[in-house]
Amino acid sequence: MSAEPPRAPFEARVEFAGVRPKAERGRALWRSLDELQESPEFLEFLHREFPARASELEDPRGRREFMRVMGASAALAGLAACTKQPEELIVPYVRQPEQIVPGRPLFFATAILDRGYARGVLVESHEGRPTKIEGNPDHPASLGGSDAVSQAAILDLYDPDRAQTVRSFGEIHSWAEFVAALKPVLEKQRAKRGAGLRILTETVTSPTLRQQLEDLLAELPEARWHLWDPGAGNAYAGARLAFGEAVETRCHLDAAAVVVSLDADFLASGPASVRRIRDFAKRRRLSDDGAPLNRLYAVETTPGLTGVNADHRLPVKPSEMEGIVRALAAALGLPIEGGTSDHAAWIAPLAKDLQAHAGASVVLAGEALSPEAHALVHLINERLGVVGKTVSYSAPVAAEGDPASLGELFAEMSARRVEALLILGGNPVYTAPADVPFGDAMMLVPFRVHLSLHDDETSERCHWQLPEAHPLEAWSDARAFDGTASIVQPLIEPLYAGKSAHEVLALLTSRPDRRGRDIVRDHWRPRLGPDFEKAWRRALHDGLVAGTALPETPMTVKLGDWAKAKTPAAAPGLEVVFRPDPTVGDGRHANNGWLQELPKPVSKLTWENAVYMSLATARSLGVRTSSSQDGGTESAGQPTPQGTVTDLVQITLDGRKVSGPAWVLPGHPDGVVTVHLGYGRWRAGRVGNGAGFNAYAIRGSAALHWATGAQVEKTAYSAKVSCTQDHWSMEGRHLVRAGTREEFEHEPRFAQELAEDPPNNLTLYPPHAYEGHAWGLSVDLNACVGCNACVTACQSENNIPVVGKDQVGRGREMHWIRVDRYFEGRPEDPASIRTWSQPVMCMHCENAPCEVVCPVTATVHSDEGLNDMVYNRCVGTRYCSNNCPYKVRRFNFYLYQDWTTPTYKMMRNPDVTVRSRGVMEKCTYCVQRITRARIDAKNQGREIRDGEIQTACQQACPAEAIVFGDQNDAQSRVAGLKASPRSYGLLTELNTRPRTTYLAAVRNPNPEMPKASHG
Amino acid sequence: MSQIFHHSTNTLAKVSIFGAVFGAGAGLWLLLEVNRSPYVTNVGVAREQPVPFSHAHHVGGMGVDCRYCHTSVERSAQAGIPPTKTCMNCHAQIWSQSPTLEPVRASLRSGRSIEWVKVNDLPDFVYFNHGAHVNKGVGCGTCHGRVDRMPLMWQHASLQMEWCLECHRQPEKYVRPKAEVFNVAWEPPADWSASGRGAELVKEYGIKPRTSCSTCHR
Amino acid sequence: MASATPHGRHEHDERFQTEADRLIAPGHDFASVTDSISKIVLQRRTPRGWWLGFAFAFGLMQLLLYAVAHLLFVGIGVWGITIPIGWGFDIINFVWWIGIGHAGTLISAILLLLRQEWRTSINRFAEAMTLFAVACAAFYPIFHTGRPWIAFYWLLPYPNTMGLWPNFRSPLIWDVFAVTTYATVSALFWFVGLIPDLATLRDRAQSKAWKVVYGMAAMGWRGSAKHWHNYETAYLLLAALATPLVVSVHTVVSFDFATGIVPGWHATIFPPYFVAGAIYAGFAMVLTLSIPLRKFYGLEDFITMRHLENMAKVMLATGLIVAYGYMCEAFFAWYSGNPYEKYMILNRMTGPYALSYWALILCNVVAPNMLWSKRLRTSVPFLFFISFVVSIGMWLERFVIIVTSLHRDFLPSSWGLYAGTRFDWAAFVGTIGLFLTLIFLFVRFLPAISIFEMRTLVPAAEMKEGEEHS
Repeated sequence: MSAEPPRAPFEARVEFAGVRPKAERGRALWRSLDELQESPEFLEFLHREFPARASELEDPRGRREFMRVMGASAALAGLAACTKQPEELIVPYVRQPEQIVPGRPLFFATAILDRGYARGVLVESHEGRPTKIEGNPDHPASLGGSDAVSQAAILDLYDPDRAQTVRSFGEIHSWAEFVAALKPVLEKQRAKRGAGLRILTETVTSPTLRQQLEDLLAELPEARWHLWDPGAGNAYAGARLAFGEAVETRCHLDAAAVVVSLDADFLASGPASVRRIRDFAKRRRLSDDGAPLNRLYAVETTPGLTGVNADHRLPVKPSEMEGIVRALAAALGLPIEGGTSDHAAWIAPLAKDLQAHAGASVVLAGEALSPEAHALVHLINERLGVVGKTVSYSAPVAAEGDPASLGELFAEMSARRVEALLILGGNPVYTAPADVPFGDAMMLVPFRVHLSLHDDETSERCHWQLPEAHPLEAWSDARAFDGTASIVQPLIEPLYAGKSAHEVLALLTSRPDRRGRDIVRDHWRPRLGPDFEKAWRRALHDGLVAGTALPETPMTVKLGDWAKAKTPAAAPGLEVVFRPDPTVGDGRHANNGWLQELPKPVSKLTWENAVYMSLATARSLGVRTSSSQDGGTESAGQPTPQGTVTDLVQITLDGRKVSGPAWVLPGHPDGVVTVHLGYGRWRAGRVGNGAGFNAYAIRGSAALHWATGAQVEKTAYSAKVSCTQDHWSMEGRHLVRAGTREEFEHEPRFAQELAEDPPNNLTLYPPHAYEGHAWGLSVDLNACVGCNACVTACQSENNIPVVGKDQVGRGREMHWIRVDRYFEGRPEDPASIRTWSQPVMCMHCENAPCEVVCPVTATVHSDEGLNDMVYNRCVGTRYCSNNCPYKVRRFNFYLYQDWTTPTYKMMRNPDVTVRSRGVMEKCTYCVQRITRARIDAKNQGREIRDGEIQTACQQACPAEAIVFGDQNDAQSRVAGLKASPRSYGLLTELNTRPRTTYLAAVRNPNPEMPKASHG
Repeated sequence: MSQIFHHSTNTLAKVSIFGAVFGAGAGLWLLLEVNRSPYVTNVGVAREQPVPFSHAHHVGGMGVDCRYCHTSVERSAQAGIPPTKTCMNCHAQIWSQSPTLEPVRASLRSGRSIEWVKVNDLPDFVYFNHGAHVNKGVGCGTCHGRVDRMPLMWQHASLQMEWCLECHRQPEKYVRPKAEVFNVAWEPPADWSASGRGAELVKEYGIKPRTSCSTCHR
Repeated sequence: MASATPHGRHEHDERFQTEADRLIAPGHDFASVTDSISKIVLQRRTPRGWWLGFAFAFGLMQLLLYAVAHLLFVGIGVWGITIPIGWGFDIINFVWWIGIGHAGTLISAILLLLRQEWRTSINRFAEAMTLFAVACAAFYPIFHTGRPWIAFYWLLPYPNTMGLWPNFRSPLIWDVFAVTTYATVSALFWFVGLIPDLATLRDRAQSKAWKVVYGMAAMGWRGSAKHWHNYETAYLLLAALATPLVVSVHTVVSFDFATGIVPGWHATIFPPYFVAGAIYAGFAMVLTLSIPLRKFYGLEDFITMRHLENMAKVMLATGLIVAYGYMCEAFFAWYSGNPYEKYMILNRMTGPYALSYWALILCNVVAPNMLWSKRLRTSVPFLFFISFVVSIGMWLERFVIIVTSLHRDFLPSSWGLYAGTRFDWAAFVGTIGLFLTLIFLFVRFLPAISIFEMRTLVPAAEMKEGEEHS
């Protein structure tokens, strides 16, 4: 991606300083903003953020490349006479593997790791190149659904910035040399039974790895194994309080009529999030199977997916949370003191509703809650009699680690008691709490080894940096949220000299040269029953080892003094909430362009984190807010044609300081700010370096999830951030149509009555006759939670380029499907805010405004109602985009597509054209999938079956909100949905007659709740 | 006043008027011709190959079926170029010492592929599917010509879009009985168009050739 | 030989009484007319002023070169355009230049058919201006595309090996035809009008080289009665041919917007008020050019106050039509009850680009009304000033129509902002440079005022006619 050398993070502030005064002028007149854009500081800013081409324009090598590519695109376009095709070679196999049919993809079942937990996936492979990741319908954590992070894993595999060789302080070495260097250290440690050996891992669910570690510790009893996961919370600790032992808590949302989230963003995060969205959406779809509409209450601080989809949302400060838990427990008649009385009007009807649905309700506790709160929630669930119904317990899936573990290691290292440190994955130097200067203490260890995908901040401080093999390159195994084990199988030989953690651990044993495959097979051989080979094949084929889900164990809460009320520590100043970033997580995905450019679900920011706050807080800080383009609702900063200019604010916490751009987030409670972890990295790679600010810098080990007593003040500087949706309000237009359950039962067609469609005969042009198929798509706005999985799935399927922060700021992002987000309510009152999500892709209008105006017939109507886009025909007048009322067309203003990096060539979908500069593109309903299905059906002499064609977005959607099919076929699912009374089209009053339609949202508010929370 | 121009210029002026018109016409005509000429389309230009493989010998002479080498032609978009192994199935026995076949044996030894020059080369933005055509009674010969008479392979058709549309717009002219698909020597009987046999086949095979852009471009 | 002289000259004599009505200052005879005009072209030494002006214009033109090179090289992204504002300076300037390019043909053709003799002294360079403006305009439709190097081919698809034609439903295609036709006819018209004067220059040129050059261009004109007769017929035919074009071109250009569904574009009022606006802008530019021209080359005798005042009157009239157009837009928006239209007009008046809207109203509606006053109408400095104001106003009009309509259309989620980048400005300034460069070359090498037509206005036209054309 970007051709920029890594930079140190402090430069981010330096150049903000330069930008600011000009930005002020910029508000007056766009020309001075232009100057701003051209100023050296800003150019640098732009360059660091602009991955694909900007930098190349300047350096001659890049230019030549450009000319070549321009030539190529000209040739592609079949430019005028006498353009001869360049001579191409055919390179057949020498010995063709028998399963491979050239031109037909194969699918393999494996698992992608999400913070250690398995996500079952199917990976599409073209002639041995993995190109696309789908959910595995048989896997409990997926059921066919997927999420943005697993989708983007394919980009990590081909990331040219990955660690490619064994390195020692920057110098290239071989594995043999490492083994040689390891040998003496190992012998020394063997002698002293490993007293000086320490191993640091992330969350481990892999049975094999766990076995290997335990064997190693048995061999070297003095050695220690530490765990560090910056995102880990208090679930296990809470369970220990409640039950005396750590247990895994599972909830079955499909069985829950009332769901209460206590700061638990269960739709967005956690190893089971995809499955939970699926289960939750089951009860939202109002499908014919008659599952009654569920009701979701959310008590949360930072507006997240869960709160956005809640029927009732209570925005509170994190310090209030425990009081609310206690109050709820008390309201349910439990002997618990210390409950707050602030939100009685909200808690009373909630408790009533819970009791009314006793046995069919569930309360979820967020990772950030205190262990006591977790224990209380276990108690509440027990009281509601839902254990075994909507909640169940099992032995812990992951190896138990407690956050203190890192502290102990730190202490030992500081005391020079550690002689050899082996870090398997993770990036502790970057993610360690601010008061645990892990990186410094590490320098006291005489032998430091780091195994990781990237040569990152931790590698920098290690003697040996070992390139890790990507999960798609290596053998391994992992457990899902319910314990189901999957065999992780490689789809491709390691692109670089990578090894898996298994193989590296083997180096410490007496059999150092064991291959990953043997290690994993040996682990499973005794566990797969008599016919191992058969069972092994089955496991590989299914993507999971049947019957490995951990058994449910009944649990009863033992009341202890944890139940006693504590006096909440009240501190002056603001509170600060730390959360892993919704897209780049704890920073591990920082170098993934797809995730960087993926808009954050609620704020729609890209490429960085911000200091989120409420409007009132922003005003009290004197942060510049502007009525969001006079749209009624206010936003942070000043929208400009190049992005939004907003003030930098500095957060001071326990003497530690960090500054980031202020961002007003409607629904965010007052008196508290939210910062996301995972940004401000300085050795992430060319994409992630220097994006955003590093929130770890103020995160103390005592308060990992939220802290009090922070000072926040506006600095003299401002920054330019790239938000994909400046405007917040629907302007009273009926775009997202929603009603309450009462309204729906009273008038099922409420959505259709909001606008009247013109008659079909209004157009001058003769109507199309669709004898064969008529492809259509339906999006259920009640099921859709706005998780963005569809966006990344589409990006992966359709070779959509990344354009970089600067271009996004200019409104040039390329996503074919976007999730529009609108706010309702009074910005001053967080409780009144309602948030709506609406996925928007090409509507494939039957009267498409874009088709008429294209001078070169580059966008035309197909006989099946598709709005075809012909890239090689397009000259780029952009008239079609101007005339598209949905603005779903995307234009290649520059050569966004990376035509040079070899690994990206392997990644691309060979069935989709790689677009060139100056060409319009847009959603095609995944026409390549339609064509494949059509040809297969014809060759087999049958009709295309309903559901045989899944668009990429539909396939990824964990909520099953998107349904594609033939609306001429009355039996098809999509035809049924379009006949639903909730079905409506977007802007149909323009007589565009879109093929993409929506199902209106139906919320299920509790009439007894205080009105304020409706908005 | 003095004479500036010679008398001849009058004629010259008159002629030049027609000359301009004629020149323009000629230029256009040349453009059309060149762009459809083998210079651009490569039609009929035999290509040098690393191994002088002769379709004439294998297909014409020994009657090897197309699918023996192009195995995926019925199942996939690509007909498939045979792996070295396929060549050696026979040439391990016959001509096993022939110097012309050395590159083939070398490939098998070293595991490095033979790099053939692509003869029928569509632009990368065109998605052609062999399976869809051969399964619907479009013969190999229709597009690839009499390969059984090609010592070295050359391109039979221009592969220009107008040429594709020619068949997609009136398939009955070009379709053949499925039994004859792999018979490159097959010629339609004289009364083919009159007999309406083509139209019958189109109906029988359920051929609905599409001319929507997304049929081939995506 | 009456047939030999262009258009009727009978009522001249009584016309020459009052100051204001003068089309030509007293005391001129054929020779003096011919001299004073042709000497501009034939003088040996090129005046320093010309060199300075030309150098300046030529310098500006280099900006265009730079802008285009960079554009082709890096991509259309160097401009400020984005989604949703897919058109910016490119189309704004295209429409602006095309508009300017209207006055010429109007003056030459329509006023000729209407026998408006005051057109005589200004038609020549008005036509030249037209051609040059159209040349500047033509730059944009090609280079505003993402892939100009193939745009040509698709629009004129020969050789058509794809069996696919352009989309004749698209207004952009209509544009291509309208503009090329207009350019061709105007060029012919201009050239035919030049022939007799080219002959004069041929005859008066000193150096052999120039004699040859002008001689070839004059196509052997000898001024015989036959020549005059053919000339007359051809000129009138071309005038008749050009007349509908004046209306058609900008009508078609307005279709680019009117046929779109974007609120602010989708209006039936567009064709008439675009045409009016075009004439408005065209006359403004004629004023901008003629005032310095008559000053520097001392042509006050030929471009008299009557000419300037008439042009001012035309501007006043067309300006009022344009104002009416603005009123209609606002009225329709309100009367239609269409929420998108309503929002569009409110957004124009109060949104982020309100400034440009009100500036437009000031320039195009308020300012021209000052021309009601005879005193201002006859004040040369004021006319010079107002002609600039109007040109700016017309540019703003296109900015308002294109940008403020696009930047907030239907889905608030995809609203955006627009600003021209330095490359937008470079291209714009560059085209102005191109325009001026051509103008300078024109006044240097061709008679800026029609010599022979001026001679027909000389009182003595009656008797001396014959001798002159030998």
